[in-house]
Amino acid sequence: MALIELDHVTTIFGRDDKAALAKVKAGMGKVELLEQTGHTLGLHDVSMDIEAGEIFVVMGLSGSGKSTLVRHINRLIDPTGGEVRIDGENILALSPKALIDLRRRRIAMVFQRFGLLPHRRVLDNIAYGLEIRGVARKEREATARDWLGRVGLEGYEASYPGALSGGMQQRVGLARALASDTDIILMDEAFSALDPLIRSELQDELVRLQRATGKTVVFITHDLDEALRLADRIAILKDGQLVQLGTPNDILLRPADAYVEAFVRDVNRARALTVDTLKQPPALRITEETIAEALAVMRQTRTEVGYVIEDGRYTGVVTRASLEEAGASTATAASLSEPQPGIAADMPIETALPTLLDAQHPVAIVNGSGELTGIVHQKDVSDVLNPGRGAVAPPEDERPAT
Amino acid sequence: MDLFPNFHSPIARATNALMDDLIINYGDAFEAVSNAVLGVLLLVEQALRAVPPGVMIVLIGLLAYAAGRRVVFALASAAGTWLIGALGMWDAAMQTLAIILVSVGISVVAGLPLGMLAASSAHVRRVLMPVLDLMQTIPSFVYLIPAAMLFGLGKVPAIMATVIYAIPPLIRLTDLGIREVDAAVVEASRAFGATRMQILRSVQIPLSLPTIMQGINQTTMMALSMVVIASMIGARGVGEQVLLGLQRNDSGQGLVGGITIVILAVVIDRITQAYGRRLQRHRAGA
Ligand SMILES: Nc1ncnc2c1ncn2[C@@H]1O[C@H](COP(=O)(O)OP(=O)(O)O)[C@@H](O)[C@H]1O
Ligand SMILES: [Mg+2]
Repeated sequence: MALIELDHVTTIFGRDDKAALAKVKAGMGKVELLEQTGHTLGLHDVSMDIEAGEIFVVMGLSGSGKSTLVRHINRLIDPTGGEVRIDGENILALSPKALIDLRRRRIAMVFQRFGLLPHRRVLDNIAYGLEIRGVARKEREATARDWLGRVGLEGYEASYPGALSGGMQQRVGLARALASDTDIILMDEAFSALDPLIRSELQDELVRLQRATGKTVVFITHDLDEALRLADRIAILKDGQLVQLGTPNDILLRPADAYVEAFVRDVNRARALTVDTLKQPPALRITEETIAEALAVMRQTRTEVGYVIEDGRYTGVVTRASLEEAGASTATAASLSEPQPGIAADMPIETALPTLLDAQHPVAIVNGSGELTGIVHQKDVSDVLNPGRGAVAPPEDERPAT
Repeated sequence: MDLFPNFHSPIARATNALMDDLIINYGDAFEAVSNAVLGVLLLVEQALRAVPPGVMIVLIGLLAYAAGRRVVFALASAAGTWLIGALGMWDAAMQTLAIILVSVGISVVAGLPLGMLAASSAHVRRVLMPVLDLMQTIPSFVYLIPAAMLFGLGKVPAIMATVIYAIPPLIRLTDLGIREVDAAVVEASRAFGATRMQILRSVQIPLSLPTIMQGINQTTMMALSMVVIASMIGARGVGEQVLLGLQRNDSGQGLVGGITIVILAVVIDRITQAYGRRLQRHRAGA
């Protein structure tokens, strides 16, 4: 069971939303509905599961229903039809008291325009969630002070929000959400109002804090670069409908339709895609035990290079030419091995590029304990970075789009 | 057939019948309210008159300084207060001040909740606003008569009439102030699980306070402008002095009363406005 589930959620804005819902269920579209009934279709039959501990990004153009969707999770807006479940419980059925409790203990939120209390000091703003919940002043101020430091605002506790820059105000917003100690944080275009430099600073900060706390983050943005930078998974909305849901690599490599393709077109793919997308199974592993047959295997399979494994760890490459020269009988893996650095699967391609370009042979992908998990052929790099010029075989172990 | 049917008599008769009815059936209730208001008024009046004038002048100066943090302004307020004494109007001014304070107090106690209610419900606003318009356009003499009938002649009906006349701007500006509060801040408060009362207390009231203070300021000014009229049904104070001047054809007496009212108005106006401005400090990003 996922932490947050949206189940066939449809949201209509207008006086008689239930009647409009019947029309939508009978097949009426957004434009038609607006023209004929004056009702706006905010979300249309959206279902998705959000897992605990992930950064889940919802992306789409302005008006596609992102803000509406995120507000269903804490019920700042109620859907017209469908269910929203948290831990399997339908929150649309909660009593007013239980709803307030849900907002106080489970879900915090960060807003595009910050939503800070202008008449309160920074410290009181950060402590606001705790204050609402009834935590005693001393305790909540201690917690707030802790978070003040963790978001880099030491010395500003007594300032008023109006005296801070946009970036600093949003640090306050972030600290306020984190200080509430909820397991879910909703962020509606939280960084969209900020300068690019400040924005990327806060993106890094968010990822760092999320990894440290393990909170579930639902992040709304209209900016694909931001989505790719943050997301474990991305959902793409168009006119209130879910058009694609998948990992960043899924979205980039296999856009579901022209709308997603248009988003994806201008992305810096070298930065957005990871080495993982280039992974191929290692052609030939060579150990001390197998070095004797290596040359025969190479001749047979027409491979030029093998990957040397010592004590389970990748150490370098052996070429067919050097094996031929040494003569199979006297060769040892250690003596013939040429060092060639490996790369990690989760590296952005951009980071791995120097290694890839330097290497004479396909480059080894190694995991945290030094084991060889695959290789990258240099010729695939240009294919992946320029998708127009040829199809890319999907990597074997990719999760299918859900 | 006459072009004009006689609407005059039925309306007048029905109104009088209603008044009689109210007096007969609810006379005790009106008397209880009347006594309560009178009790508070006497308390305030006694307190004001118990303060030695010299001390009062200093207190007003300090209050002005606390509100505006400007020495010149504080000194001017103290000087104005001294002038009232020099004009021989001290006791009358204290009586008037007591009536103003109690009227404004009642206006605040009744007006703030009404304003908040109007802000939270379009239905309430639709009903309330025309009533407020009516209260401000009907000449005050029209309700001075029933007020005097219900509460008897004297200070209490004067206060009631003053409240009716002076309360609309407070309700209006409370409503406006609360609705003008940045929706994003209210939404944030809601998102963190604030109840309606918590939203009101931690966001809506503090952020609309400058506008509410403007309402209190206007209500006070309007209450002050009622003092002469209120004295016609027996309120004592500066208004009475002006009225006496009028009745005796004594322009001098009238002018002295007029000057006193102006001084009171200027001092009260400046103090409440300065206080309202200080509430907005955070907007400058202090
Ligand atoms: N309160 C509302 N009343 C009427 N229409 C609304 C309301 N809120 C949102 N909408 C409409 O619903 C659609 C989705 O809006 P929103 O969720 O704000 O989109 P996004 O956040 O992706 O820009 C838009 O067409 C918008 O105009
Ligand atoms: Mg939005």
